[in-house]
Amino acid sequence: MNGFPILSLMLLVPLVAAVACLVVPREQARSVALVATLIDFVLGVILWAQFDIGGAQWQFTESAALFAGFSWKLGIDGIALLLIALTVFLMPVCIGASWTSIDKRQGEYYAAFLLMETLMIGVFAAQDIFLFYIMFEAGLIPMYLIIGVWGGVDRIYASYKFFLYTLLGSVLMLIAMFWMVNEAGTTDIPTLMAYNFPAQAQTWLWLAFFASFAVKMPMWPVHTWLPDAHVQAPTGGSVILAGVLLKMGGYGFIRFSLPMFPEASAQFAPLVFFMSMAAVVITSLIALVQTDMKKLIAYSSVAHMAIVTVGLFAFNQQGLEGSMLIMLSHGLVAGALFLSVGVIYDRLHTREIARYGGLSINMPYYAVFFLLFTMASIGLPGTSGFVGEFLSLLGIYQISSWVALICTTGIILGAAYMLYLYRRVAYGEQKNADAAAMPDLDKREWAMMVPLAAVVLWMGVYPESFIAPMRKDIAALDARLAQAKPKGDAQPTAGKPMAIAHEAAHGEAH
Amino acid sequence: MDFARSLALTAPEILLSVSGLVLLMVAGWGGDKASRLISIAAVAVLTACAFLTAPTLWGQAMGAEVSAFGGQHRADTFAAFAKLLIYASAGVTLIIAQPFFDKARAMRAEFPLLVLFASLGMGMMVSAGDLLALYIGLELNSLASYVLASSLRTDERSAESGLKYFVLGSLASGILLFGMSLTYGFTGTTSFAGINAALAGGLPTGATFGLIFMLAGLAFKISAAPFHMWTPDVYEGAPTPVTTFFATASKVAALGLLMRVAFEAFGGQAQAWQQVVIFMALLSIVIGALGAIGQNNIKRLMAYSSINNVGFILIGLATATRAGASAMLVYIAIYVAMSVAGFVAVLLLRDENGEQVEAISDLAGLSKTRPWIALAMASVMFSLAGIPPLFGFWGKFVVFQAAVQADMIVLAAIGIAASVIGAFYYLKVVKVMYFDEPADVVKGAGETSHTVLLVLSTLAISPLGYLGTKCVGTLANYAAAALFPVG
Repeated sequence: MNGFPILSLMLLVPLVAAVACLVVPREQARSVALVATLIDFVLGVILWAQFDIGGAQWQFTESAALFAGFSWKLGIDGIALLLIALTVFLMPVCIGASWTSIDKRQGEYYAAFLLMETLMIGVFAAQDIFLFYIMFEAGLIPMYLIIGVWGGVDRIYASYKFFLYTLLGSVLMLIAMFWMVNEAGTTDIPTLMAYNFPAQAQTWLWLAFFASFAVKMPMWPVHTWLPDAHVQAPTGGSVILAGVLLKMGGYGFIRFSLPMFPEASAQFAPLVFFMSMAAVVITSLIALVQTDMKKLIAYSSVAHMAIVTVGLFAFNQQGLEGSMLIMLSHGLVAGALFLSVGVIYDRLHTREIARYGGLSINMPYYAVFFLLFTMASIGLPGTSGFVGEFLSLLGIYQISSWVALICTTGIILGAAYMLYLYRRVAYGEQKNADAAAMPDLDKREWAMMVPLAAVVLWMGVYPESFIAPMRKDIAALDARLAQAKPKGDAQPTAGKPMAIAHEAAHGEAH
Repeated sequence: MDFARSLALTAPEILLSVSGLVLLMVAGWGGDKASRLISIAAVAVLTACAFLTAPTLWGQAMGAEVSAFGGQHRADTFAAFAKLLIYASAGVTLIIAQPFFDKARAMRAEFPLLVLFASLGMGMMVSAGDLLALYIGLELNSLASYVLASSLRTDERSAESGLKYFVLGSLASGILLFGMSLTYGFTGTTSFAGINAALAGGLPTGATFGLIFMLAGLAFKISAAPFHMWTPDVYEGAPTPVTTFFATASKVAALGLLMRVAFEAFGGQAQAWQQVVIFMALLSIVIGALGAIGQNNIKRLMAYSSINNVGFILIGLATATRAGASAMLVYIAIYVAMSVAGFVAVLLLRDENGEQVEAISDLAGLSKTRPWIALAMASVMFSLAGIPPLFGFWGKFVVFQAAVQADMIVLAAIGIAASVIGAFYYLKVVKVMYFDEPADVVKGAGETSHTVLLVLSTLAISPLGYLGTKCVGTLANYAAAALFPVG
């Protein structure tokens, strides 16, 4: 595939389809969207198959000096590959989730989704810092429209909050980028990743980038846009928001904050730990008392993302790999959970937990899938959630036992609120007649659930498939961070083996 | 003194004056019935002028060899860049004005003539190398503009807008003239180069006052805060094609003039005006953003938006560098495209009686009833807000990049953070068009010429515009080089 611009093609297919969706009759827009996302999925599979694991760090690179000030420069490493794969995998599911539930202005809806896909792939594939920024920011427009036009009751408030929050975070990052480009004299991300900025400047640059990524992530206390946006967005919007958009913050940390400002990252690690610990405990407790299913899952997302951030700032390979795996796993599982909510929302048009109950009686297959995703969200061994959380916490334990301890409570609380949710929805008596009359999954829903469930199990049972592509890149990042690595609080010293005494005792026994 | 060469260098101006006078005769004998013919002829004249001007820009002509009439007039790359924008804007104005006034049964033969004379004045403003040429150009433009603002004679708002513009504009001209006379008094010369040389040793207090008064007068002309008060009223009251003219050509000319004065006449004393410009820039951004929030008239909103955008352009001026000047020109070019798209979209909004729809609340649900106009309008709004991937982002990009390169990071950070306030009201328009239930007010059909212009300008501000960044950037660099011969 050398020289074939597959990344540009992956960007072009949804873009062309987005325009097509606006002009074709509205009943056909969804078919156009599905075909386009499936083509992109196939391209994604080809991309993964052609990706040379252990080969050059940046593959599929293409470059064209089309613009003044920055260039069209694409290329991926293992980290970007996995996130692109996640994107193209989730997109057809999102289209499927919207298949019947979107009944107004379909053309614009699918156009917005396809545009989102282009921009998300663009974010992960961009190798030019300003190209990255443009893709990163441009996502605001379609997401604003998706929430505002097709959302629920408070959609307008949620859409404003989403837009202005994330915009404010991002503009400061742009100023920091100008400074960096001015200082380093290049807009090329790989070059910038290896550039050593003065430690003094790193502090400011890190904070500017943090302002953007923390909001996108989202970290406590700037997470408040997320529950609003999630709850008000249509199912497809929630899936893509939780599945991919939240990963942009984590990707930003991996691609920019950590390698470009290692010293500042080490300096601010305690701040990140504090915010993450607060997020894990606080948002998990908030999730416990939610009566709205989507809000509950939204808060659980914040808690999971907090474990991602501690893992990232653990400055070691386990932490980084774990964080990446949580991001992938969360993308699948949170997406699947929103989908599960969407399935019953389509039937009863309410997200109130109390309106359901005993669904395992009339919807047994649904209950099985929902249980699987619930367990994956908790992090049950054998599901995708376990691997990432285990590695992340292992990584952070090397730096700070306390942070590891407090973050682990998140797993326990996670089990509490997820199991409580599941009990109220799927078990117990069927106290609502209309909920008891809901039919089980139809073919379309099966088609969406099965691939998600399969990948969740695959990642839980054989995570090597997902770790292998990024291992070398994570190792490179780890090496880059070594210069600034903070000391752990536990300093185990090798014990003195008591070989002689043991031998003596052994001899005497005979 | 090579008189013939001077005449050759001022060929676009001479062509404009002569054809303006000839068309005046046509108007005198033909009356209002000839207005269509005159409009077409005027567009042809503007096109010819553009062709006369373009080689200057491509040929990178600057310095002494393009200085005419003893330095009064400069036909350099900077003037050429600004003039191309002015001629294009004037052409657009004439094209959109014809159907507009036809519908209102108010098309008069002098309208295209006034546009021509205003363009002539603007051309002289941006080419000025001397305070006298500056003032003549400015007044020629202003007088024509005052009449244009009130050209819808049966409409009270139009008359009011013309009167307001005239009273406040004369005041500003007076302030400017006072500043110019102080400057002349303390430097002993009216030529920009002479002033710069005279001030090389330092800025006497009197000249400082002169500078401040000139800045105040020019700030009025570009509608920068705190001299912006006339803008919303004039923009709202003037007929929409005239508003388009003010938002595009007048803005280009006044900003071009300000750049000439700041960089050429007072270029050696940049630190004396930088603080003032920074103050005006930040104030314009904030006032433009906050003032717009409560507006329900789309034209008033565009007026506040123009104040807001002038603030961003002034950030480029505040850097006092060549990169900053180039960034300003890029921003201005993009701003012209955004304004044209915005106002042409407004022109296409008509209710069933063919009346203009200007209330934002009447745009409710436009995306359902008129999806393409709504899409164009939304592109304009996001573009004005500077959200990528729309092209308006590029203007902010180059301006803030220049500010960071000039080591004005705090200014850049504050300015860009304040731009988020502006995003709020642009979003409001999109919200009304896309999220609200249709008010079903917009019904009328648009003109073909309007639609074509809307499509073209929307394409220019769409992400496709980025493909033009190299071209625009190079030309803007040529133009900025004329202001900074050594830099």
